[in-house]
Amino acid sequence: MASRIFHIAANTFREAVRDRVLYNLIAFALLLTGAAIFVGQISIEIERLVVINLGLTAVSLFGVVIAIFIGIGLVSKEIEKRTLYTVLSRPVARWEFIAGKFFGLSGTLVVNTLCMALGVFAALLYVSRNLNGADAWVLVAIYFIVLQFVIVTALALLFSSFSSPLLSAVFTFCLFVSGTFAEDLRGFAQLTHGFTRWLATGAIYAIPNFSALNVISQVAHGEPLSGQLIFWNSAYALVYSLAVLSLAILIFERRNLK
Amino acid sequence: MRRRRTTAFATLLFVVSAMGSGLLLHTVDRLRTRATLNQVLYISSPKLLKALSLGYHGLLADVYWTRVVQYYGEQRHTRSSDFSLLWPLLNLTTQLDPHLIPAYQFGGTFLASRPPYGAGLPQRAIELVESGIRNNPDDWHLYYNLGFIYYDLKDFRAAADAFDRGSRVPNAHPFLKIMAAQCAQHGGELRTAQMLWSAVYETTKDKYIRENAEGHLRALKADFEAQELEKIVAAFHQQTGRYPSSFAELARARILPGIPIDPLGNQFQLDREGHVFVGDPDNFPFIERALPSGYLPKPAPGSARPRG
Repeated sequence: MASRIFHIAANTFREAVRDRVLYNLIAFALLLTGAAIFVGQISIEIERLVVINLGLTAVSLFGVVIAIFIGIGLVSKEIEKRTLYTVLSRPVARWEFIAGKFFGLSGTLVVNTLCMALGVFAALLYVSRNLNGADAWVLVAIYFIVLQFVIVTALALLFSSFSSPLLSAVFTFCLFVSGTFAEDLRGFAQLTHGFTRWLATGAIYAIPNFSALNVISQVAHGEPLSGQLIFWNSAYALVYSLAVLSLAILIFERRNLK
Repeated sequence: MRRRRTTAFATLLFVVSAMGSGLLLHTVDRLRTRATLNQVLYISSPKLLKALSLGYHGLLADVYWTRVVQYYGEQRHTRSSDFSLLWPLLNLTTQLDPHLIPAYQFGGTFLASRPPYGAGLPQRAIELVESGIRNNPDDWHLYYNLGFIYYDLKDFRAAADAFDRGSRVPNAHPFLKIMAAQCAQHGGELRTAQMLWSAVYETTKDKYIRENAEGHLRALKADFEAQELEKIVAAFHQQTGRYPSSFAELARARILPGIPIDPLGNQFQLDREGHVFVGDPDNFPFIERALPSGYLPKPAPGSARPRG
């Protein structure tokens, strides 16, 4: 079972590399190099701040775009190319196919993020001339970004399991945006009464809470993050992704592929 | 068979993990109380925020306005006197959308009101409402709000001027003209204050502003009644050459029908110099006259000097 999932994951990773997904790293490198040189010349005292803010925002956006656009095609593309039937005709369960696809894309995003993280630290080193203890929190912010990617990948896969690529992209993107404002939605729920309050509270628990995973501003200002937050955020992201994946499996298991 | 087993397992896994994620979200939320609000400490520049909003600054202004209401409500709920984020939040909101009238109207009131009803920053409130007027010169409500802030500062001339400017705006409420005249002629009188606060109480839909007006009206009533009682005490002094020892003495002498009660249901108090004051001054944040001599208001919990 594990080896079947691993093979599907490795295949997904290979396919992403073949699709020139990692080419985004060139754009990212150019962006950061340009920013590092540029801010070094025009700003005073905020070079580090700008590089962290810009670098981590770019890591996040590039990754989310990749997660959405690759994720939405993971199932539908296989059906369209009819390669899914070849896979499923072998002793591979449908849930193993979904799990393999999920791990494959998550792996691609982790490798991509690691390369971009190296770029952020290189730019940081260039503008500050040295790295200090507070820069370790940047690593935590990057880890949280990876957790975001894991959730987005699971969501894209869920929509891809029953919907067209275009609609899947729209749904996933909408959930990403609403998840970014999840804490505002919580505030909104607190201000409302009756049925609206029930509705808003339900939405808070249904949509992913990306705002808790966005600590870019905090780490850019060198503020430490609590170990508790790291632990509970990790647990939340993994359990939420598990819920989404099990729903994707549930739908895909019952889907008529004829 | 195998498929049915997978479906059952996936269903179980979905239910358990969905419930688990709900519980975990609850824990994460508890760790990050007010994290979203504290973001204004990181991005306090409206220009930068506008650029980051990628053109959707109207939507972002609405989000920030919701944050203002949430923050103000939370501080009021916890009876905190620290409203330090109120001005930066309002500044961001109104710069993102200069035509968001409620942000100036309610924001001005929230900023100007004395703690624990607001930030106690009347100059910031004037700045905010004046900028609202500059951006929306045809909205009479803003002049009305500005007049009120000046009235509360006892700058009756400026208040009359604001009401007068507002009364000249097309479709302005005719009441503004009366307010302008009343402020110009009888600015410091209790009945003017009563008229203005009654107007706020009757016209507002916002519960916090209503509570604020109610607090003012209660304080005005207490001040008025204490003033009337002091007249009776003064008359007693004139007749007997001494002040009564208590209201009970006045009641026994049938000068008063009983012990007078203040608007909160406590007995009015009387000192040796014939000064009348309320029984529980801490619950009258807007009272001005009927206070015990040398009274200092008790600081509210979590109070800190608001930042300007």
